Amino acid sequence: MFLEIKKLSIKIENKNILRNLNLNINEGEVHAIMGPNGSGKSTLANVLAGKEDYEILEGEVTFKNKNLFELNIEERAQEGMFLAFQYPVEIPGVNITPFLHSAINSKRNRFNQKEIDNLSFAKLLKSKASDLGIDIEMLKRSVNTGFSGGEKKRYEILQMSILNPDLAILDETDSGLDIDALKIVTEGVNKLKTKSNSFLIITHYQKLLDYIKPDFVHVMNNGSIVKSGGSEIASEIEKDGFQQFQ
Amino acid sequence: MNTETLDKLDSYSKNKYKYGFVTDIDSDKPKKGLNEETIKFISTKKNEPEWMLDWRLNSFSKWKKIKEPKWSNLNFPKIDYQDIYYYSAPKGFEKKPKDLSEVDPKLIETYNKLGIPLEEQKVLAGVAVDVVFDSVSVATTYKGQLEKLGIIFCSISEAIQKHPELVKKYLGSVIPPGDHSFSALNSAVFTDGSFVYIPENVKCPMELSTYFRINSENTGQFERTLIIADKGSYVSYLEGCTAPKRDENQLHAANVELIALEDAEIKYSTVQNWYPGDEEGKGGIYNFVTKRGLCAGNNSKISWTQVETGSAITWKYPSCILKGDNSIGEFYSVAITNNYQQADTGTKMTHIGKNTKSKIISKGISLGKSQNTYRGEVSFLRKADKARNYTQCDSLLVGNKCGAHTVPYIESKNNSAVIEHEASTSKINEDQLYYCRQRGLSHEEAVSLIVNGFCKQVLQELPMEFAVEAQKLVSISLEGSVG
Repeated sequence: MFLEIKKLSIKIENKNILRNLNLNINEGEVHAIMGPNGSGKSTLANVLAGKEDYEILEGEVTFKNKNLFELNIEERAQEGMFLAFQYPVEIPGVNITPFLHSAINSKRNRFNQKEIDNLSFAKLLKSKASDLGIDIEMLKRSVNTGFSGGEKKRYEILQMSILNPDLAILDETDSGLDIDALKIVTEGVNKLKTKSNSFLIITHYQKLLDYIKPDFVHVMNNGSIVKSGGSEIASEIEKDGFQQFQ
Repeated sequence: MNTETLDKLDSYSKNKYKYGFVTDIDSDKPKKGLNEETIKFISTKKNEPEWMLDWRLNSFSKWKKIKEPKWSNLNFPKIDYQDIYYYSAPKGFEKKPKDLSEVDPKLIETYNKLGIPLEEQKVLAGVAVDVVFDSVSVATTYKGQLEKLGIIFCSISEAIQKHPELVKKYLGSVIPPGDHSFSALNSAVFTDGSFVYIPENVKCPMELSTYFRINSENTGQFERTLIIADKGSYVSYLEGCTAPKRDENQLHAANVELIALEDAEIKYSTVQNWYPGDEEGKGGIYNFVTKRGLCAGNNSKISWTQVETGSAITWKYPSCILKGDNSIGEFYSVAITNNYQQADTGTKMTHIGKNTKSKIISKGISLGKSQNTYRGEVSFLRKADKARNYTQCDSLLVGNKCGAHTVPYIESKNNSAVIEHEASTSKINEDQLYYCRQRGLSHEEAVSLIVNGFCKQVLQELPMEFAVEAQKLVSISLEGSVG
């Protein structure tokens, strides 16, 4: 099993946010989690990535046969977990290119691989950017600084394609995107999909799933997964809303 | 900031100061203490003309009457001026060596260790260096090449001997000895420093640089630098500083005067990395520096850039007097304080001429239990029609036991003045750290990246050769930070 979440219960500031949550993801699978606001979807993403303000009440998570909770944020990232943020934060003065260059090398260092030199990295970045239809000029800017909502999301996908994660978690990547931006982002995801990597896509709307075909759809409510199935669930939600699962 | 972050900041490797070694070399010193005998000793050692000795003694009599300035936000025990050596030179330095073969190999080794090789072929291409060890200048590189253009780049001691007319005319013309107690002190006992003269319409083809090193114990360093850019000329000058680790505090009181004549431009950059003291606040340099530039001619420009990471105490306000019409003054500053360091630094922009412009960009970063103050004064005199100032002061706090303070004074006697002021204080942002770490960067790398980004506006003003060095220095200064 690639990612295995067993009976996970999580508390944040004295509030139970996840309750007895179970989820298994295998290599090459695309999973979608849907649910109403406040159902705990984003918390799940942040718990997996390692944000440090939650308390584990019960349960365990293994990622590539390792106990996830024994790894800190950067170790999880270096092991191949990537979180595309719902609200990517601005880091003024930090140029995109050296930022991503350091990121990719930190991953290589963990596995005692040779670092990528400046020139090869610049070439890699350029080619990935043009694949995603990102203007080269954008690569001269500071991380997320002054980006529009669409640019931020596109830049998240660019980072994902550079870091080439084993498990990519997309936290409401579709929110705030118009149809054109949504197409670019989802095309990027589809291009990255291989038999050996997996995706966990968190979304509030069914629209995203018109472009990315998930193998499994889960409905989350009140901190637990209440229903799992194929893409037909997404259509049910579109028709009748989340009410039916509560 | 959550507790885990604080713990992590705490667990960073303890403050590493890699320049903290001492060179074991015999030195020539007078008796401790500040009196006429000491001043005569210095003047005799330097074989100075009588006018110079008189100037020193006159400054000393002024010093006796002036009290130390008390308005800064700094706390330190009273300085005992009678417990300091005012001169220290490696033995045998009565005359400056003609070339490197005459320099003690121990000295050459010292500078190699500091990463400042004195052999010209090894020096950064395009940078001429004057090196000051305690009280004397030990070597100046690329002199011949500069002389061909009529550029004078030598130690101030040499300038007093060889170019007395220039020294007499300009020394003390921007910072009068009686200006305040540290300027009077420096004028009385200054030992060495650099002298630069750029002739009319000459653009100096390389960076000029001075490297200051304090080695001897209980010794004060009183550097005096004088830079004159004649009409239509340009020069970029950089200074760097280090000192050994010692438990006692040492005094550094420098005076730097810049004069830009009509259409001339001076760019002055400092990377100050004196020993800051240990993590308990023991030892470190007291850095009381007066730097002032005079834009004497129309259309002249003076630009100060400083990266202040060292010293137990920094008291420093590089200033511009904008006398010429259309003249421009700039101040770009990064000041990082960690552990128990205290910095009170900023600038003074005095607009006298018409259409004068000034720009102030200050970035203060406080860590540990340090205190970091920006203090600035922008004034517009009556005749400064249509003068403008832009000031931006940003402070970044890392941890919750440090302090950041901003004290801007603005005074205008001319109604047409335009003043813009922006200020911000922020804590290092948890979301930024989380974002960087989620991409695989360690906590320490993430802090360093964010702080370097915060300082970028200033760091990019440094000459290319030193920008990378300064970035590394910023990262090193963040180590050992206590939450």
